[in-house]
Amino acid sequence: MRRIRAGATGAVALSLALAATACGGGSATGGGSNDSPKTLTYWASNQGASIAVDQRVLGPELDKFQKQTGIKVKLEVVPWSDLLNRILTATTSGQGPDVLNIGNTWSASLQATGALLPWDAENLAKIGGKDRFAAAALDSTGVRGKDPAAIPLYSMAYALYYNKKIFADAGISQPPATWGELVADGKKIDARGKAALGAEGANPSENIHHVFVFAQQRGAAFFTPDGKPDFTAPQVVDAVKSYVDLMATDKAIPTGDAEYAQNQSVSDFAKGRQAMLLWQSAASNLTSQGMSADSYGIAPVPVISGTPGSGTQVDSAFMGINLAVFKNTHNLDGATRFVRFMTSDAEQKILNKAYSSIPPVTSAQADAAFATPADTVLKSTLSASAAAMPQVPSESQFETTVGTAVKNLFADAAAGRAVTTGSVKAELEKAQQQMPAA
Amino acid sequence: MTTPTPTTTATASAETLREPPPGAAAREPRRGTGRIRRAALPYLLLLPALVLELLVHLVPMAVGIVMSFRELTQFSIRDWGTAPWSGLGNYKVSVNFDAPVGKALLHSFLVTVGFTLLSVALCWLIGTAAAVFMQDAFRGRGLLRTLFLVPYALPVYAAVITWVFMFQHDNGLVNHVLHDQLHLTDQRSFWLIGDNSFYALLTVSVWKGWPFAFLIVTAGLQNIPRELYEAAALDGAGVWQQVRRITLPSLRPVNQVLVLVLFLWTFNDFNTPYVLFGKSAPAAADLISVHIYQASFVTWNFGTGSAMSVLLLLFLLVVTGGYLLITSRGRRPARG
Repeated sequence: MRRIRAGATGAVALSLALAATACGGGSATGGGSNDSPKTLTYWASNQGASIAVDQRVLGPELDKFQKQTGIKVKLEVVPWSDLLNRILTATTSGQGPDVLNIGNTWSASLQATGALLPWDAENLAKIGGKDRFAAAALDSTGVRGKDPAAIPLYSMAYALYYNKKIFADAGISQPPATWGELVADGKKIDARGKAALGAEGANPSENIHHVFVFAQQRGAAFFTPDGKPDFTAPQVVDAVKSYVDLMATDKAIPTGDAEYAQNQSVSDFAKGRQAMLLWQSAASNLTSQGMSADSYGIAPVPVISGTPGSGTQVDSAFMGINLAVFKNTHNLDGATRFVRFMTSDAEQKILNKAYSSIPPVTSAQADAAFATPADTVLKSTLSASAAAMPQVPSESQFETTVGTAVKNLFADAAAGRAVTTGSVKAELEKAQQQMPAA
Repeated sequence: MTTPTPTTTATASAETLREPPPGAAAREPRRGTGRIRRAALPYLLLLPALVLELLVHLVPMAVGIVMSFRELTQFSIRDWGTAPWSGLGNYKVSVNFDAPVGKALLHSFLVTVGFTLLSVALCWLIGTAAAVFMQDAFRGRGLLRTLFLVPYALPVYAAVITWVFMFQHDNGLVNHVLHDQLHLTDQRSFWLIGDNSFYALLTVSVWKGWPFAFLIVTAGLQNIPRELYEAAALDGAGVWQQVRRITLPSLRPVNQVLVLVLFLWTFNDFNTPYVLFGKSAPAAADLISVHIYQASFVTWNFGTGSAMSVLLLLFLLVVTGGYLLITSRGRRPARG
């Protein structure tokens, strides 16, 4: 009996200790250590057509790293739907990966949590310095004036992908350069029984990238210069309405796309059911869906008038993936070496080629591998006409609240309800009220 | 509530088993402590379960309650032990129904109440009807019973994702049948966005929930003596009268538990709406569990999210307590 009692006491003590350590993770304020120098855990975002593709792409590179350094990298490819939540959970518990991919637009939001290692001059020197990277890519690594929270890994931009055969059948000789032309072409395509343009209407992240560009083209931003949400400014309302009107009044986007959220618009395009697609670095995705590279063309995203450039001629958000080191890492040196490895010229070429993205490392960008017609469009967009998404701590919340507002407006348009300036403003007002008081 | 007999018998048999072996007379004086030990044994055996219960349920709940009094945002989650206290601030925001956050919570609460009432009623009705029809033996009964339990046995995610495919606007089976084949609608309907999403959610919920009602009621029916029906039939009672006068009253204790369990499960259901609609459910189907998830994870305001969870917990406690009180009051005079 005494033994039972002792056992029970032990069990209680052990569980309490476990609970205490589990809870205690949250209060860890340390800045990382080198306790386990032989292993690294790496959370990669899902860049390829599937998680298996990513494992095939990254696996051999991680083996190379192990050969060079003796450090074993445990890879986990985290789907986009889970990535941000996983990072938040890791932040709260202090139990996370050593190195991780983040969407570059989240940089400022995650920087505010203090979970990521700041890349000060000393840390940057370990990976070859700031100057190796394109300046525009560094604009999306955190709040301006602070040390970057992450390092650019892959750069991506939106472009207009169009199906050459559908265009030829509809008698369209070149891709539209303005939204007016796109709508007019859409009518010709519609007359041939095909859908004109695809959209992921129920995917807040996709929506937000487009309305951001629409706002830029109207000289508006979603935030005031001092970082306060400003979603109901007339130009912003007009921008959101114009994007939803591509479905509601222009009929360029089919109503069915209002419920798309799993990249169905990409497969509609790949299967030849739809003539145009606005997507970021879609080439490898389209290939994996069986669309041959010569059956589609690639052009810059349309603007209101004129040609893409800066200011109101912006035609894409500066998209991309950044590589961050978790502050609580147990292998700080190894993590830094891993970032150096992943941003080395050789790896940048291999990885960006595999994902049809553009290397943010300028010396790798110049490589002949990135001179295809598609890459030329993406490179010129990134260097001349892409703008960084707002680098404010509440960026992530902005993506979801405004992205959801656009989703609701698409649902209205699909149900045949009028999308008016009033209804758009009401949705945006609701989104703004959900934002944290900044 | 419990009759003393079985416990006494159990103790007696334990007593017999623990009859001291010959030669153990020297330990006779310690008999008192032995009794205490014996009394402590059940508690000791319960201890591991209790500890796990504490760890898995009560500790997180307590942490959640503490969090609800703190201002826990992206700036403080990493070091949440030091997040500033906000007093009742999070609760005030949650129940201020004139302001957007409170208004949205109230809307979500009302949607959830309506949805839960409909879903529980339909699950119970279909489950009971099916169980009553399956009461009499006939060829193929076993097969049908098994078939009916399939939705309950399927993993939620796999089942609901199938429904997502069926509810799709362009290629979904539901629109194919309703629109293409039966021509019931002028054009294809949207089920996963807009107002119809409520019916889509209700359909999946009932489809998933009624087999449980069926299972429990079927079990309950086994305890009703056949003689009652035979006697009623002799007295000239029709099928409907038998159901009303014998089946339903006999099932009352079973139904009391069943309805409560169905209510709690449906009210708290997270998986079904999350898999159907993703992180941001349409307003018409904005169930409270997903709403709270959104309030915490999407806007990174975990303090407010926790406050909403605590309010939900209180509401369910009140409902459950009230329900148990009313139903047990109804039972006591019947026994007394």
